Amino acid sequence: MRDRPTGDAALLLLADSRLPAGGHAHSGGAEEAVRLGTITGPEDLARFLRGRLATAGLVSAALAAAACEFAAATADHPAGPYGHAGPDPDADPAALWRRLDAEADARTASPAQREASRVQGRLLVRSARRIWPSAVLDELAKAVPEGAHHPIALGAAAAAAGCDPYQAALAAAYNSVTGPATAAVRLLGLDPVTVHRLLADLAPALNDAAHAACASLIDDVVHGVAQNGAGGHQGPAQNTATQDGAKRDDPPHHGGATNSGPTHTGSADGPAAKALGSAWPALPGHAAPALDLLAEGHRGNPMKLFVS
Amino acid sequence: MGAQHDDLHDAADPHGRALRLGIGGPVGSGKTALVAALCRSLGPSMRLGVVTNDIYTTEDAEFLRRAGVLDPERILAVQTGCCPHTAIRDDIAANLDAVETLEERFGPLDLVIVESGGDNLTATFSRGLADRQIFVLDVSGGDKVPRKGGPGVITADLLVINKTDLAPLVGADLTVMSRDAAAVRDGRPVLFTSIREDRSAHSVAEWVTSLVNTWKHSNDQAHDHTRTTPTTAA
Amino acid sequence: MTTPLRSPAASRTASVTARAVIATELSDGRTRLETLRSDPPLTLRQTGPGLVHLVSTGAGPLGGDRLELTIDVAPGTDLEVRSVASTLVLPGSSPAGSVMLIDARVGAGASLRFSPEPTVLAAGCSHRMAVRLSLADDATLFWREEIVFGRHGERPGRCRTRFDATVAGRPLLRQELLIGDPAVDAGPAVYGDARCVGSTLIAGQRWDAARDRKQERRATIGDGWAAMPLAGPGVLASALAGDTVELRSRLERAESAAALLAIS
Ligand SMILES: Nc1nc2c(ncn2[C@@H]2O[C@H](COP(=O)(O)OP(=O)(O)OP(=O)(O)O)[C@@H](O)[C@H]2O)c(=O)[nH]1
Ligand SMILES: [Mg+2]
Repeated sequence: MRDRPTGDAALLLLADSRLPAGGHAHSGGAEEAVRLGTITGPEDLARFLRGRLATAGLVSAALAAAACEFAAATADHPAGPYGHAGPDPDADPAALWRRLDAEADARTASPAQREASRVQGRLLVRSARRIWPSAVLDELAKAVPEGAHHPIALGAAAAAAGCDPYQAALAAAYNSVTGPATAAVRLLGLDPVTVHRLLADLAPALNDAAHAACASLIDDVVHGVAQNGAGGHQGPAQNTATQDGAKRDDPPHHGGATNSGPTHTGSADGPAAKALGSAWPALPGHAAPALDLLAEGHRGNPMKLFVS
Repeated sequence: MGAQHDDLHDAADPHGRALRLGIGGPVGSGKTALVAALCRSLGPSMRLGVVTNDIYTTEDAEFLRRAGVLDPERILAVQTGCCPHTAIRDDIAANLDAVETLEERFGPLDLVIVESGGDNLTATFSRGLADRQIFVLDVSGGDKVPRKGGPGVITADLLVINKTDLAPLVGADLTVMSRDAAAVRDGRPVLFTSIREDRSAHSVAEWVTSLVNTWKHSNDQAHDHTRTTPTTAA
Repeated sequence: MTTPLRSPAASRTASVTARAVIATELSDGRTRLETLRSDPPLTLRQTGPGLVHLVSTGAGPLGGDRLELTIDVAPGTDLEVRSVASTLVLPGSSPAGSVMLIDARVGAGASLRFSPEPTVLAAGCSHRMAVRLSLADDATLFWREEIVFGRHGERPGRCRTRFDATVAGRPLLRQELLIGDPAVDAGPAVYGDARCVGSTLIAGQRWDAARDRKQERRATIGDGWAAMPLAGPGVLASALAGDTVELRSRLERAESAAALLAIS
């Protein structure tokens, strides 16, 4: 990886809508919402963006942070993220990339959204490999040849660019609202300054989402230990808005031979190894049923300007 | 769709791949008609793929598929999110993906044609996407259009002025158009067509054929002398 | 094995912790209930062969309650779980929220159908629901959840749900819902104008398309509902509606469509 003291400038490049990675053709459900009349002006749009950020945006941010963290770990240990090339298939970076990608699949019920996410992920990896050449991106492209989900690709690209997981999460959260916002400007002829004002109003929520996304990575390490000790469910979380991702029960680990995650395989790998893949099942999974319906409606409609 | 880009093809590296020909021009000038004509005349002798960039529908792709000029599977449609010029110039990722998908599924190919969505006179193809480009005007916009210039008219490798059959009806003077185009194009070729009358667009097909041959030849040479990148005009 | 119907939970003052269990076993090739352990207010009744009703969930859970239901469907057995009435989640006297946890395992060749009446989030409630489903490779599942945002004309309290389903350890569906959160509720992105949300996960090998991930299977959609093929062996039927009657009818349409998406 190139030597960069900080990823700040790289983050700007990565989050810029001019990054040539196909994002301009996706409206994130906004085109269908406009067609159905549920977005007609700035007020609707503001609520649409807020809801999108709190759901799909948070999930993307968490997946991107996880991917960035994992990418950085594989880059540090080319033999595999756990620094050894043992017989454990879970230590194979390609298998782990596929596992993280499967976590994105499981959080995306709508096939239209999965397709849009994979197309964008594939295009991003294509461009990022030329912009920030790195073994990690080559690895991801090989591991998921049909195209990794966009947040996964974004996280890996962020790592290749020199960003940290928080920056990856921030870029993902930002992307989750800027695409639909721009689409609405084009589709409804909204005043672009008004719409940028909406985005500015969302800035604190974007930060919160990125923090929550990163907390979900760290949190689980703590929970994982607690789980091993006490087992079972945590108490109810007192949640607020987008910080939900930080407080959550662990996902199912019904002991048993069925779970292939490092949670159950990592006893010899030490705490760092344990931390990596074990957080993934518990990452936020906030669903937006209306976005699902919008995505599927859009997919079925032949008259459209945007891919999704 | 989806190309499995196992080895990283630098788009600028044309080594061993099909010539990518962009066809741009204003709305309704006859781009799709020209693509169909080229498929008709080149299809028998070349391995082809086509990518369309429709604005609001997949109408162009459907038209071409229905026209039966090419195996429908070899025609892919790309959506451009309100900005057809963005997809061929500023952010070409989706078009590149489509082109490479065709090459991967049906390759090796000789020629991949990318039709842009109808746009304005400033819309040209990125060199990262198209190796050569044709700009299609028609006479119905009046004979002043070549004089107005714009990157498409000025820099395209070939300027096609279509619908000459309509010239008398709209009062367009073809000699004026020819003279004005020559003035701004610095010797690059201009061809007049009426695809309505010549459904194979013979003159354009001939130009494309020689382009593809030159392309192959220079690629072979590049292959012989290690890997120099031929970026000079044909 | 059974417990008499309790008096309305609303009259309680102390919060409760309850752990109920349903476990099946295969006996002479038939499904038998190996364990049916009620723990009020989670009261279970066997109402048919392989059929169990939750009977006492009509009032509560209340704030501070923590209810856990474990379902273990042994290999080769079939279980159906329903409820006699909707679940009304209330604030209660404890400042703590209420918690409902369901852990279900469905063994090889087994099937589980879980279709309780809706959960209604009364004003002021603070509820958490977590469902963890772990399916064997060739298990079959029908799992319905319906949530109503407040009683008639009422703003709902807060609720957060997490749903995790894995098949042979691989994630099939992970979803969280936030209800009563101003950032989420009002917008056209999450629930639109709906006051009820419902989803049914239908899973099993019949829905495991020979996976060509380049070509996602198409969803079937209707007014306010969709049947969406998942990346793994399952389909999610999903619906949004203004009231419970409309929700059920939309969800049932989505479920029928989902069933049709099985690979023949
Ligand atoms: N009279 C006449 N009509 C033509 C000629 N070539 C094409 N057309 C007609 O012009 C119309 C537009 O042609 P297309 O090929 O669809 O034009 P296009 O540039 O692809 O249009 P967009 O993709 O919508 O920008 C069609 O009705 C064609 O039949 C021609 O040489 N003469
Ligand atoms: Mg056309």
